[in-house]
Amino acid sequence: MSIVIYIAVMAGVTYLVRMIPFTVMRKKIKSQFLRSFLYYIPYAVLSAMTLPAIFYATGDMVTSIVGTAAAIVLAYFNLPLIVVALAAAGAAFLTGLII
Amino acid sequence: MRLCFRRGLIHGLPIALGYFSVSFGFGIMAVRTGLSVIEALTISMTNLTSAGQAAGVSIIAACGTYLEMAVTQLVINIRYSLMGLSLSQKLDSSFNTAHRLAVSFGITDEIFAMASAQPGRLTPRYMYGLILISFIGWSGGTLFGAVAGNILPVEVTNAMGIVLYGMFLAIIIPAAKKEKSILAVILIAALCSSVLYYAVPALSSGFAVIISAVIAAAFAAVVFPVPAEEENKA
Repeated sequence: MSIVIYIAVMAGVTYLVRMIPFTVMRKKIKSQFLRSFLYYIPYAVLSAMTLPAIFYATGDMVTSIVGTAAAIVLAYFNLPLIVVALAAAGAAFLTGLII
Repeated sequence: MRLCFRRGLIHGLPIALGYFSVSFGFGIMAVRTGLSVIEALTISMTNLTSAGQAAGVSIIAACGTYLEMAVTQLVINIRYSLMGLSLSQKLDSSFNTAHRLAVSFGITDEIFAMASAQPGRLTPRYMYGLILISFIGWSGGTLFGAVAGNILPVEVTNAMGIVLYGMFLAIIIPAAKKEKSILAVILIAALCSSVLYYAVPALSSGFAVIISAVIAAAFAAVVFPVPAEEENKA
């Protein structure tokens, strides 16, 4: 078993999975269902990735929940992504120092 | 607001920071598993994905077969096909085959999310900016983790684990405020994903995300169909 072949297989499969639909699909999709589905899918993917994983993101549920709460409040007030992201980590870090 | 290269770099900055902290952990793990620094870095530079790389390293460590490696990568990363299909509907006319071949390398959860959230059509330059800085964050974090291992205090690396999720919330919450259909999608997807997480712990996280997202998006597509001209507004 060669490490070079392992890496080539990993990279090759991962690239093809990304490349084929993105490169082959040239037409606008006509079906209203499919267009609506593809319109909603980003929000669905992000939500499914975030919950419940965010509650375990720091390895401690209390600091994760505080970080999540900070992110929700700041995101609700439309603060920039970088501010929300770092504030979540900052809040989790400070909570970790206190408890 | 034109979607230029510089704008891509700026939008990619929070992604790069989040990637740095995640791939830092990957670098540490890969070296602990017995890979060299160069091997760990090569994996990150050629794969640009977290779950797939972590699974790949464990297969290498266990001396698995190449077929096992291929099937595992396919299963974990098949979500990128759905994302690529969704993005393919949002490209501007300058996206020729060469641009598509190049940009598809950089379709990740976070880059997809950021690109999808932009109003209007995506330009190749914007995508290159977004991908370049994310790539630097991912590769740099891997190198740093592989070489310098455990120099950051564990409290800091633990807290950094939430960075990417915080960014996701900053994308979906403002959108949910604007459209109740998107709020419904978010709540359904979160509910499905939580149920799967606790009820079917054996299910890989990649599959749980696909199943939850497909259910939520299909439901909304039936109940709240999007009129043709509104697609690129939200």
